[in-house]
Formats: sequence, structure tokens, C-alpha cells
Amino acid sequence: MTSRILGGITVDAGYDVKLSEVHGMAQRGGSVVTFVRYGEKVAEPIVEEGQADVLIAFETLEALRYAHFLKKDGAIVVNTHRIDPITVVTGMAEYPDNIIEELEKEYKVFKVNAMEEALKLGNSRVFNIIVLGVAARHMDFSKEAWLKVIEKTVPPKMVEINKKAFLLGLEGGHSSDLE
Amino acid sequence: MSEVKIMLGNEAIARGAYEAGVKVSAAYPGTPSTEISENVVKYPEIYAEWSPNEKVAMEVAVGASISGVRAMASMKHVGVNVASDPLYTVSYCGVNGGLVLVAADDPGLYSSQNEQDTRCVARAAMVPVLEPSDSQEAKDFTKFAFELSEKYDTPVIVRTTTRLSHSQGPVTLEERCEPADIPYERNVGKFVMMPGNAKKRHLYVEQRLKAMAEDGCDMPVNKVEMNDTGIGFITSGIAYQYVKEACPNASVLKLGLVHPLPRKLIEEFASKVDTLYIFEELEPVYEEQIKSWGISCIGKEIFTVQGEYSANMIRKAVLKEEMELKAPAQVPARPPILCPGCPHRSVYSVLNKLKIHAAGDIGCYTLGAVAPLSVVDTTICMGASISSLHGMEKAKGKDYIKNWVAVIGDSTFMHTGVNSLMNMVYNQGTGTVMILDNSTTGMTGHQDHAATGKTLKGEVVPAINIFRLCEAMGIKNVVEVDAFDTQKLEKVIKEEVAKDEVSVIITKAPCVLLKKQKSTRRCRPIADKCKKCGMCLRPGCPGLTRNADGTISIDETMCNGCGLCKGLCKFDAIEQVED
Repeated sequence: MTSRILGGITVDAGYDVKLSEVHGMAQRGGSVVTFVRYGEKVAEPIVEEGQADVLIAFETLEALRYAHFLKKDGAIVVNTHRIDPITVVTGMAEYPDNIIEELEKEYKVFKVNAMEEALKLGNSRVFNIIVLGVAARHMDFSKEAWLKVIEKTVPPKMVEINKKAFLLGLEGGHSSDLE
Repeated sequence: MSEVKIMLGNEAIARGAYEAGVKVSAAYPGTPSTEISENVVKYPEIYAEWSPNEKVAMEVAVGASISGVRAMASMKHVGVNVASDPLYTVSYCGVNGGLVLVAADDPGLYSSQNEQDTRCVARAAMVPVLEPSDSQEAKDFTKFAFELSEKYDTPVIVRTTTRLSHSQGPVTLEERCEPADIPYERNVGKFVMMPGNAKKRHLYVEQRLKAMAEDGCDMPVNKVEMNDTGIGFITSGIAYQYVKEACPNASVLKLGLVHPLPRKLIEEFASKVDTLYIFEELEPVYEEQIKSWGISCIGKEIFTVQGEYSANMIRKAVLKEEMELKAPAQVPARPPILCPGCPHRSVYSVLNKLKIHAAGDIGCYTLGAVAPLSVVDTTICMGASISSLHGMEKAKGKDYIKNWVAVIGDSTFMHTGVNSLMNMVYNQGTGTVMILDNSTTGMTGHQDHAATGKTLKGEVVPAINIFRLCEAMGIKNVVEVDAFDTQKLEKVIKEEVAKDEVSVIITKAPCVLLKKQKSTRRCRPIADKCKKCGMCLRPGCPGLTRNADGTISIDETMCNGCGLCKGLCKFDAIEQVED
């Protein structure tokens, strides 16, 4: 959903865009990455190591897993939500401490506890749109353009709550801003 | 103004079929091809179906073509193996209405059991192949494939890959054309492939490929982009995009028709560049042919036959750029796992407890091979669980398989497992087959099949009853058990494995991701009763985490209250509550 909204807004703004997703077995609880590239003309649909401007991570460990895809001065928007991979659940590996602190040494990190905020809004499933709202602070599209795309992209019944979630991320007022 | 829409590669292929006037589409789901049919079905002008397997799908499309309409079959690369019987021979027959097979390869094995290259199959079957490189071309080439098919009297393969199928890009939409049905005329020499007829058709097939190789030099799908002549690339498909990204100024011959090859065009291009690179993902299919013509070029000496390509690969191997790339952080792996509330986990926790080996099959339940469930010993291909268990028995005797079962999903059973079960009955096997019936094709994203009672179009139809189908084969021991009733399951498995007869245990519980499966139950730990034994963690449910003090937490957003962990707790330290 997030990538479809991102794709939509870049097209509306007149850019060429390519998105790349992962389907199938990898989706069953595995680590999944989506690439979005936009510009005057886009050839390859993937972002390669050391190229990304913004990394949006819906889980904290995943921010660390993909951080090397970022450019030197890249920005990370991270949902401070922890989901233990099976390797941690079964005791084969340990969930690293201080991920955010480690990332902050090299990148601009913007964090939000989107799951908590989404539950406050009454629907845990809009957590991704809150994260997208925070990421939108680092992109050059107007608020109106974002809201228009959200309206077009999400199911009609979910438009209002998604808009609310997006604005919460974009304009702040959530607990992470107070830190 | 014509509309531009962002489309998945697969969505664009479906759109291409629609615009080409296709009337019949048949497929069996398989990543990365599934979304083709899921989008074709949105066009009411096209009859679209899920067939039980790819061979059937191909034959449905062949029949539609013979009757005089444009028809398409779509499948993943390993599905082409299943469909190869009709494919190799319909290559001799040719077509009446245009006939296209969309084959989706999976370089990098995102969701497959091997990394085979459909272009090798196509060469062996003497079928031409088109290879698009973005969503727009996915649509355009699909349309062109139907024109080629009718012009050269041949089935045509459109080959896509995971990266193309699952990438989105802009596509300009056009109107659907409605070609008139081509009249059917009885033509035994063309459509009855007995030896005398097939001999003559084989000659035709050779001529057809020669003609296409020659005409291919002028086809717009084969495109020369002359720039700096120091470096030249011959490439195709998604690999073309990596060339454009890494070497925007190099000269490129972009092949759209990758089989048969436009030899003159290639020779001409090769003569104009100083160093020629062949950049094709997977097998050196055109590289070997080009080298056999005495053309000097570099390919698999520096590029791999494994996995996906990238622009960085060219930057390193061709441009010799010193790239300062950071190594990925060392973090715990997050491999795919069975979902919280998945009925397969319940079945596997019992098999694990009983120390039973499983000959496995293709589906989500393949994940039972990894720790902590560690039940599945083998996974080869669709349907192989039952037949390979039978082979073990015939090699080693019936006692050898007393601690073995075959596990297979409902969709995979309908695909080819049913044949293997017939064989087990016919040849007096004594194996125990567990059909994990979750009422859907799970891994590919929930497609219906002959035993779910619903078609691709959403029509409600009589479901084939798996229980009665097994009984009709003459199997005396057919038992149905609730997949979450672990006590009964344990008892039944022990009983059936011990028998010197074929047994089928059907474990029933719908896939937890099916839309109608929204549960209002949750499991909740009771901390002061917890003895920190960790029994509940053993099946590896991702909803459970051990706290620092040894007690457990259950993630409310993940848990659907299946109760597997509750059943394992001997201290009543987990309760089941309604939301």
C-alpha cells in the first residue's frame, strides 16, 4: 500500500517511476523490501547498495538490515516497533541492542512508534501510513498532493482514517516528537 | 489523450492479452506468474480459469487456439516443465488463433525450487521467445506475440522474470482489438501428430525458425542503440535496464526476440564495436550461439549464471570502478516462516513430537523443513511427496516407512498429487499420506482450485470432495481430522502409520490469511502461572516472545487465538479470550 501511494504521487508530479516488490514465499513472515525510484527517466527498478535517499523501515531491526542501501547522508524513517525474527524466538540469534543509536552515528534517523499511534487512532493497520507521513517530511510533494493520492489509492471505507494517520505522521503531534 | 497507468509487469501482460483480443486464458498459480491471471479475470471479455495444473492449462489454451480464437496460458518456469508435453508437440502443430505461453522465470529464487531458464526449454521445443524489459514492453510484446504466432503459425513464449513481473512502471493503455475468429477447418496433417504427419511438420518448424531468424533483423523489438563504440552490449529483458543504468553511453543491441536470434543484425552490431559484452541473466543462451558463429565477445567469463544481475555488477566487472560499498550489518536473519495461527504448524508440532519424517511438497508447508519444526525431509516438485515416499518403500520395504508420511497441500494434491496417490494404490504401497487441506492455494496468495468450490471468476461451483475422491480410489483408510485437534491427530497418525495399507489423513483448517478467517479470539499469557519451561515456544510461533525474566509475551496484533500454545502449556499459564 505504501509503495502504491509513493508510486502514485510521483506519477501525479510528472516523474518517471519504477517500483519493485517481493511476492510469494518471502512474504510469509520474512524480510521483505520494496524499491521505489523516480526521476526524469528511470531505467532499473531496483535501488542498489549505497544509492537510496530515504529508507523507510516498518520494524527496527529491518532498518539496520537495509541501512547499507543508503547514500552517505541518507535519511532513515524508522518505526520503533520490535518483531522478533524466528531466529531470535528460537534462541538461535539475539536481537541487537541500541539499533537506533548505532544508526544515528551515520545517518539522519527519524523515529516514530507508529504501532502505538495507530492503535490510538483505532486501527493498527494504518501504522504504515503514519510512517509514510513522517517520511513525507523529507520529500518535495505538497500535503494536498499526498492526500489526493491516498484518496485514490486506499479502499473508500479506509480513506478518512488513512488521511488522519498520514497527517499525524506529516505534521507530528505524536509522542515521538516530544522526545 | 491515452491513459497512462502504473502497472505491475504481470498486470501489463494481462492488459496486453486484453488489448490483443484474447478470448481464453488458463493458468495454474505460481510465483512470479500468479498476478497475470488475477488481472486477466478483471476483463469480462476474456474467459479465464485456474486449471488444476499447467499441462491442463496449456492444453485448454491449445484447444481454444485450434477453434480459432486468441488464447493464452501463463505459469511459472517450473510449471513449463509440467506443460512441456503439449508445448513440444503443439510447436509442430502450430496454431489457428494466436497462441501464447507466458513463462515467468525466477532468477534469484525468490519463491522457487530451482533457477531454470525457460529459454533453454524454448530452444529445445523450437518455440520463439519474446523478452520484455519493462511494464510497457510487457504489454506491447504480449500483443506482438499474438501477431507473430498467427503470422508464423507457431506458439510463442513471452518470457518474464520475477523482477519484471513484480516491478511497476507506467503503461500507456490502448483499446482492445477484436480480431474475427479464424474459421476452423479439419486438418489432420496439422493437428493429428502421428509419426507421418509429425515428420512433415518437423520440416516446417525448421523453416519457420529460419524465416523468423531472418525477419527478426527488421523487427522493431530488436533494437540497435549506437553510441560510443568502445563498448557494446548485447542484452535483453530486465538486464537491459542495468546496462542503461551503468553505461548510458555504450552501444547496445537490445534483443526483444531472443529465440531464434537475428544473426545478421548481431554480426553487424558486433563488427561496429571494439569490445562486445553479452549481458543475459541465467544461462548463456545467446552467448553460446553467438560464440559459435566465431564472434569474439565476453559473457559468462565475468558474469554469473546465478541470481539476479544489477548495474553494480557492470560497474565492477566492466568499468572496473572502485566501489566503496558498506558491508551489510550482521543482523539476525528473518527467514520466511509459517504465519501465527497457521494450521500447518499444529500438524507439524505433532509430527515433530512423534519424530516422524515427512516427504514434503511445494507450498507454504515446505517451511516445515526448518527449525524448530524440522519435520520435512524432502521437497522436489509438485506432487513428489507421495510418489517419492512410495519409491522409498519399494526400495527398502514397508517397515522402512513406518516413521514416514507424505505431506501435501490440497491445491498441490489436485495439481499432480492425485496421480501419485493412484500409483501408490495401484502398486500396493502402504504409505501414509497427509493432505493438509487449508481450502486454498496458500503460498501464491489464495487462489481457488477444483476442491474449493469457487472458480477464478468467483462463480460458486460444486467442489470436488477430496475425502470421497480418495475413497473412490479404493483406499480403505481415509480419516479427516481438525488440524488443531492435536490429541486426535497424534492418535490417528500413530494408528495409520502402523497399518500395512495406504492411509490418507486429511487435516482440515482454513488458511489463517483467508479473508473470512478473521478471528476474535486471542491467547494471553498468565505470568504468575508460568514456569518458564518454554514448551509453548517450541512450534516457533512468531507471535510469542520470551521476556528477559523467562516468561512469555504474546503479540496481540499477530495472535489469532488458534490455541496451539495453550494446548502445549501444562501449567494453564495461557488463556484463550474473546476480543
